[in-house]
Amino acid sequence: MEKRVTFKGIWLPLLLVLPQILITAVFFFYPAGQAIWQSLFIPDPFGLSMQWVGLGNFEFLLSDRFYRASFLTTAIFSILVTVVSMGVALYLAVLADRLIKGSGTYRTLLIWPYAVAPAVAGVLWLFMFNTRVGVVTWYLGILGYDWNHVLNEGEAMGLVVVASAWGRISYNFLFFLAGLQAIPKSVVEAAAIDGARFWTRFRTIVWPLLSPTTFFLLVVNIIYAFFETFGVIHTITSGGPQQATTILVYKVYSDGFVGQDLGSSAAQSVILLVIVSILTVVQFKYIERRVHY
Amino acid sequence: MATLKLDNVKKSFGKTDVIHGVSVDVEDGEFIVIVGPSGCGKSTLLRMVAGLETVTSGEVRINGKRVNDVEPMDRDIAMVFQNYALYPHMSVFDNMAYGLKIAKVPKPEIAERVQTAAKLLQLEPYLQRKPRELSGGQRQRVAMGRAIVRKPAVFLFDEPLSNLDAKLRVQMRLEIKALQRELGVTSLYVTHDQVEAMTLADRMIVMNAGVADQIGAPLDVYANPETEFVAGFIGSPPTNFIDAALVGGQSGRIGVRPEHIALSDTGLLTATVGYSEALGAETLVHLRTGDGAQITVRQDAALPIPGEGETRGLSWTDENVMRFDASGLRQH
Ligand SMILES: Nc1ncnc2c1ncn2[C@@H]1O[C@H](COP(=O)(O)OP(=O)(O)OP(=O)(O)O)[C@@H](O)[C@H]1O
Ligand SMILES: [Mg+2]
Repeated sequence: MEKRVTFKGIWLPLLLVLPQILITAVFFFYPAGQAIWQSLFIPDPFGLSMQWVGLGNFEFLLSDRFYRASFLTTAIFSILVTVVSMGVALYLAVLADRLIKGSGTYRTLLIWPYAVAPAVAGVLWLFMFNTRVGVVTWYLGILGYDWNHVLNEGEAMGLVVVASAWGRISYNFLFFLAGLQAIPKSVVEAAAIDGARFWTRFRTIVWPLLSPTTFFLLVVNIIYAFFETFGVIHTITSGGPQQATTILVYKVYSDGFVGQDLGSSAAQSVILLVIVSILTVVQFKYIERRVHY
Repeated sequence: MATLKLDNVKKSFGKTDVIHGVSVDVEDGEFIVIVGPSGCGKSTLLRMVAGLETVTSGEVRINGKRVNDVEPMDRDIAMVFQNYALYPHMSVFDNMAYGLKIAKVPKPEIAERVQTAAKLLQLEPYLQRKPRELSGGQRQRVAMGRAIVRKPAVFLFDEPLSNLDAKLRVQMRLEIKALQRELGVTSLYVTHDQVEAMTLADRMIVMNAGVADQIGAPLDVYANPETEFVAGFIGSPPTNFIDAALVGGQSGRIGVRPEHIALSDTGLLTATVGYSEALGAETLVHLRTGDGAQITVRQDAALPIPGEGETRGLSWTDENVMRFDASGLRQH
């Protein structure tokens, strides 16, 4: 039976949700509205006046070679971050699921990276891969590999992907482990008796039953890669070399605060806002329809 | 077609010993029921035969071959789980075909074998449904179907009927028996329901806290229980136990089945009548002896029902008395 508290008047409930509404208004609706408003103007070089350009900023962006390149960079970056962090997490979760003893310790250790702030994680990885004093760089040098992510675009991308994925593995691991443990043991045992070996069982039973978790993580990780990796990129590469790691959210920052092109920056935020809204809608639609086994 | 042999099989989980050494020889085509109260180790024993649990010591042999270290998929067995363990994301057809597909049986043969099984189990209208769209009884039949299409050497059942209502349980019990007769597959069937055990078994293993107290044909076990536990567990209502000292005996207790006690004016013992249950063909009279022991007498419905609070004598003949020593073992 559903237990629902009902209020008589309108004032008490309003009062109770007011703090949340205020926070959302101050930190979301107001800046979002401002971004939409600003995206319709171009400020003059001294910031003294604004000139109405309608959708001019958007038109310019969509025809801008650098902006389109940033789109591609973002796509590559988020796919890599998502695949790497989910792949590693799933592998570890499968191992932990089979482990009976000591899985608690294992789990605790795996959760630690999640507690590290992205910017701090970026600095950690930067130290290890520093082109002059980094430990990993030094070992790679012994092996005859000359690591230099400051100049090499591929290496720069690789490093920000690894640094971003690393902090994400814990989160994905927890969800995958919970998902695996929610699959009835007897179903997997029945498959074993039916003749399925480990990989066949994984492919035909575990993976399909895990798909709601996988889909959820896919969306969450893409959103993470789009937005929350700012700190990692800022500390490690600052979007370089030659914009090779300038993802959309970083471009908003560099065009707006470094390049002082507030109109374009605002227009870019609006585009990001649209993208994340679409992702969220897709996710909610799916969760609504998703089958509960 | 297969024989199954357990030789002094033991199981411990860490330091807890759960199975203390069970030995049994199962003949080809025999239907063996493992029966015992909850927690006595029935499932554990079955899962060791299936290969889902390691054997701590002793041997499991299928067709003479030692299978202790053989993976479940290589044992040529099929199992029906208590919760059915159907694959929730597959149709009924795919559930039944799963094992055959893995064994790379040709498609037309898979279709034919699944059809045959579906017909046998009256599942034909449901082949395209998902398990969640089926009733409990239908799911149970799918689980059976999944086991029989593979034509395994040994069937294992872990309380397959315990999630069904009473009527369906009786019906499925008959179907399982008929099916096993028809297919002639060696079967191991776990239940805590002694009626199921009595009706299904060629032989039954009565388990008590990890020990096989008695192995034998149902009627033999009923007539000649080897321990006090078996005498009390098999039979409904259960055997009456009376302190041997009360009826001129030595130490230990005696057991007399409810149908072997008659009410009379005088008897070997007197007891006070409690309530009676008239079941139609027979009447169960519950009494209490002077020392507080509960006695049940099963008598013909034609006999008069004694009034509550009356004192009646209990009498029985010596050949129906089972004597147990202080440790619960039968004295002959
Ligand atoms: N994985 C395990 N680890 C530790 N103890 C276990 C494990 N599995 C079972 N046991 C213990 O072994 C004993 C026998 O369990 P089992 O499941 O075989 O009982 P059962 O006879 O099938 O009971 P039921 O009729 O309730 O299913 C129980 O006391 C149980 O607590
Ligand atoms: Mg059990």
